[in-house]
Amino acid sequence: MPSGPFLRAGCQRKRSRRLPDRDAVKVPGVMRLAGLEPLNIGDDSLFVNVGERTNVTGSRAFAKLILSGDYAAAVEVARQQVQSGAQIIDVNMDEAMLDSKAAMVRFLSLIAVEPDVARVPLMIDSSKWEIIEAGLKCVQGKPIVNSISLKEGEAEFLRQARLVLRYGAAAVVMCFDERGQADSFERRTEVARRAYDLLVDKVGFPPEDIIIDPNVFAIATGIDEHARYAVDFIRATRWVREHLPHAKVSGGISNVSFSFRGNDAVREAIHTVFLYHAIRAGLTMGIVNAGQLGVYDELDPQLRSLVEDVVLNRPRADGGSATEALVTFAESYKAQGKKAVEDLAWRLAGVGERLSHALVKGITNFIIDDTEEARSAVAARGGHPIEVLEGPLMAGMNIVGDLFGAGRMFLPQVVKSARVMKQAVAHLIPFIEAEKALSGTAARSKGLVVTATVKGDVHDIGKNIVGVVLQCNNFNVIDLGVMVPAQKILAAAREHNADAIGLSGLITPSLEEMAHVAGEMQREGFTLPLLIGGATTSRVHTAVKIAPHYSAGPTVYVPDASRAVGVVSSLLSAEHRDAFVAQVAEDYATVRTQHAAKRGPKLVSLAGARANAFAADWAGYVPPVPTFIGRRLLANVDLREIAQHIDWGPFFQAWELSGSWPAILDDPLVGEAARSLHAEGKAMLARIVAEHWLSADAVVGFWPGNSDGDDVVLWTEETRAVPLFTWRNLRQQNERPAGKPNYCLADFVAPRESGLRDYVGAFAVTTGGGVEERVAAYKAANDDYSALMLKSLADRLAEAFAEWLHRKVRTELWGYAAGEALDNAALIREEYRGIRPAPGYPACPDHAVKSEVFAALDAGAAGMQITDNYAMLPAASVSGFYLAHPDARYFAVGKIGQDQLEDFAARSGIDIETARRRLAPNL
Amino acid sequence: MQPDHTAEIARLLAQRILVLDGAMGTMIQQCHLSEGDFRGPFHDHPHDLKGDNDVLSVTLPATVRSIHDAYLEAGADIIETNTFNATRIAQADYRMEGHVGEINASSASIARECADRWTAKTPDRPRFVAGALGPTNRTASISPDVADAGARNVTYDELVAAYAEAVDALIEGGVDILLVETVFDTLNAKAALFAIEDAFDRHGGRLPIIVSGTITDASGRTLSGQTPEAFWNSVRHVRPLAVGLNCALGAALMRPYIEELARVADTYISCYPNAGLPNPMSDTGYDETPAETSRLLGEFARSGFVNIVGGCCGTTPAHIRAIADAVGAVPPRRLPAEAEPAVA
Repeated sequence: MPSGPFLRAGCQRKRSRRLPDRDAVKVPGVMRLAGLEPLNIGDDSLFVNVGERTNVTGSRAFAKLILSGDYAAAVEVARQQVQSGAQIIDVNMDEAMLDSKAAMVRFLSLIAVEPDVARVPLMIDSSKWEIIEAGLKCVQGKPIVNSISLKEGEAEFLRQARLVLRYGAAAVVMCFDERGQADSFERRTEVARRAYDLLVDKVGFPPEDIIIDPNVFAIATGIDEHARYAVDFIRATRWVREHLPHAKVSGGISNVSFSFRGNDAVREAIHTVFLYHAIRAGLTMGIVNAGQLGVYDELDPQLRSLVEDVVLNRPRADGGSATEALVTFAESYKAQGKKAVEDLAWRLAGVGERLSHALVKGITNFIIDDTEEARSAVAARGGHPIEVLEGPLMAGMNIVGDLFGAGRMFLPQVVKSARVMKQAVAHLIPFIEAEKALSGTAARSKGLVVTATVKGDVHDIGKNIVGVVLQCNNFNVIDLGVMVPAQKILAAAREHNADAIGLSGLITPSLEEMAHVAGEMQREGFTLPLLIGGATTSRVHTAVKIAPHYSAGPTVYVPDASRAVGVVSSLLSAEHRDAFVAQVAEDYATVRTQHAAKRGPKLVSLAGARANAFAADWAGYVPPVPTFIGRRLLANVDLREIAQHIDWGPFFQAWELSGSWPAILDDPLVGEAARSLHAEGKAMLARIVAEHWLSADAVVGFWPGNSDGDDVVLWTEETRAVPLFTWRNLRQQNERPAGKPNYCLADFVAPRESGLRDYVGAFAVTTGGGVEERVAAYKAANDDYSALMLKSLADRLAEAFAEWLHRKVRTELWGYAAGEALDNAALIREEYRGIRPAPGYPACPDHAVKSEVFAALDAGAAGMQITDNYAMLPAASVSGFYLAHPDARYFAVGKIGQDQLEDFAARSGIDIETARRRLAPNL
Repeated sequence: MQPDHTAEIARLLAQRILVLDGAMGTMIQQCHLSEGDFRGPFHDHPHDLKGDNDVLSVTLPATVRSIHDAYLEAGADIIETNTFNATRIAQADYRMEGHVGEINASSASIARECADRWTAKTPDRPRFVAGALGPTNRTASISPDVADAGARNVTYDELVAAYAEAVDALIEGGVDILLVETVFDTLNAKAALFAIEDAFDRHGGRLPIIVSGTITDASGRTLSGQTPEAFWNSVRHVRPLAVGLNCALGAALMRPYIEELARVADTYISCYPNAGLPNPMSDTGYDETPAETSRLLGEFARSGFVNIVGGCCGTTPAHIRAIADAVGAVPPRRLPAEAEPAVA
């Protein structure tokens, strides 16, 4: 199937990466949904809430509206849901008294033309396929189908899945098969696995568009078998996220509390606790009643604990039934009335705490009274009304921001908090204006700031506060509102001759958009200050990701509204501006440096790393003796034999097709391209072999060797009197987890003081003879494709040749694994004893040692040379050492410290600068 | 059915920016054809045919051929079939529903013949034919009735049937690419893509697909209200060879939207704007000279936004030649190594 990712076969650039990076295979796991606007859900996204109120089976009110044909009011329900924070809306018309198909079509057609509703993606929900299909034909965006399942067998499942893909939708897959609805952990995961595999392997369904619904059932029903329903859902959620790559998880949350119908306070607590744990386990989205969600940390602790016992099926200390305990408590809770309990709890606190509580819980009932109380208290001590905003109200909003960031509050709740905040601010504004009028400062404006919440984001609480605070301080503010595209911001700044631009945003994509606006300011020649604010922004992010896009003017992070005045005043002050800008620039440069440094791991001292060296059991070790000492030439090795050892994985990487071999051939995205590339590669390979296009030559040698600290000393012959050369190795210096050593290749060679007579091998192989001429011929014929194909095959053959030779060394030439019997796959997985580390690769980063290796092997005899930069010619060559110890393994030296750099320079007899140049990637 | 040239086109796209042709309608208008020219053998047809440009592929093939040749000569790598309105739904305006298969087949074979002739002439520069599928003149997600927001004048199923008929004839006529263009309502486009996938099943093969939307005004949205990224998310399931924008606005005003697509889409980007805004005083009916349009598209290319460029309404072979010159030496946009969409 032709595809974007496939087209990365891009052909022109060969990857410079030298080691096959088997972990680099990464499919973007982002589900890209759309209404009028996009909604992208990645593996790390925050919880997405799906509105459930436009579902006739879930909402009796909505059902009544639809049944009576009052579609205008039904559309209002949808609008309200989106306004209160639903990011997707679920639409279900499964009602026996209804022509469900017609109702689905009618309702979807109506909301399609309501921009406030249609901006979010839809979830088309029905137990009947024909209703889903009718719905899919009405939706221009990318919706989710809820749901398909194996209930009616594999054939029907596959048919529906193919159609879902053809209509351009994602799919919820219910854990339901021919045997019924899965209700245990084992059944849920078994059905999920089967459905996922069928979708990915048989349909080519994008794994990121698969949403597993492990079935939310009612708990606390009094039936023992139901006790594990919730905890098994949570476990199954975790299992899906860990075992089914990129699959998402969803559930209909309200079902879980069904047995507490009529007791909304307890239901809300159950939903809150269940969601809290399910989200932690990886729940991507849930169908929820946005109005029936609590805040985990704010639940009555006694109620929360009882609910948690039931949800997690925890044994109670007193040995009694968790359900009974909750039922008993729920009765009293209900009888008491939720409100009464709450009133007593929080209305008695100080006014600051009450304001915080109201903001976090989204309660507007008392906000005016509380704000007024705070204001008069401030006024009584001669303060200004703005202090209420800058003090307790902002403190409350900071708590909201923290809870949201930590995933303990959800968007609908933040929207409610904003409503509370707006009412409080509205109450304060007349007082602030009056004060300004009184002091006569209203007229003189100190400057004009254009503010906006960037495109893609609707959150404006923080920005509104900044606006108010700036205005209180006699700045003019032009607020462009929310979802403002870059061009509009810049146009407004120009039109109003602004002195600064302030950008705000709450959700993560806004960060990228801010960087985009910064880049556009640069491009269009702006120089005025750019202010960055919002809950997800930070000084580090501003310094590292935004400021570099806008070098023409200052970019300043404003942590909260209280700082806005100080920052803007400094930026607009003729006197202080330059010093302030310089100080910020310096500060951000430091942040960038620290950030860059922090990305490296923490290092231990060289002495510490050596103390934590790998300690082989030399006492019980008998080093195997090679069959010869010295070097040998193996000329014109049969290419046919070498070709059998080809690892095709890196071949596809060289052509920028990502996927693991051999699964890549069946990959839904790149499979077709991979198959054709593989076929063409094999065809050329057959000609290379049959027509002897290339010559394969190798040199291999073994010498007596012992380690001496981090060095390995090689001698020319068995008396160990005449040194051949010393191989200076590097040791891992990053802080290792407890019990893990800091490796160095010298650790795998017996130390001199052990008295053991150990050996070290070396090799150089090439299949490059004849490549350059042919490549030049192809290029002359404008056939870059064949030229690149030949080069990539020669590289693969060189690696295969090294693999072939290593086996010959293990089984014959060194002969310590004479009985080894491994197939090619096992060889590629390196399931054998001994390693062949190559200079310039992660375990042995110093390229320079190749000179000594080549000299010792007389590699020139096999047609190989080393350039001044230690590159091997021909390019299709591989060289390295052989180590035979059974514990020998590959590792990456990684970053080293200044102490090891100096030590290495001293050991090698070179100056520090030369050492620094040679080891640059490790510094 | 043509073999699937995806790999070959991809190899070219990795090397350079490919050039699509310019306007067919503008060129036809400049021929000042009469009702009789349009009618040809359909002299007894009960409805006037003047203005039904697509029918010329049947009635005046030499004219269509000469326009294709002019664009190929100007440097177009890909030419579009003369089929923008060749669906049963759009042809109803001329009561030509019964001739849709013939119009598409004839358009495809004329373009095929031209492209093959030029490929033979310049083998280092192979030419391709894109079968054009326009939006039709009806919208599946917008109500035509102010009194009833739920009303529609065309259904998804009707669109799928109409597109299926056109697609079958285009495939049989030998197109290399299917180009769903000027998408003002993504639901119409999704119906076309559905019909294309069905047709691939029937023909037992695939062809590369390009999807090109239209941002109708400065709101930055399609007529049906989608943002460019939402549009991409909605058509990504067919894994198009390229996605892009064409027609309305002209290049200058299109810039932020093509930039957005280039940022979010993990596939190649096409862009063929109008020659600026409509201007009745100009010969072509549009504002921009070849120098102006090509300067703008050259800037897109240097900004790394595009892989395929060409022209829409008001562009001529002179525009295409200038565009080909402007982007010839500019390296193509690279595909995002890992598409990293901004996630919620």
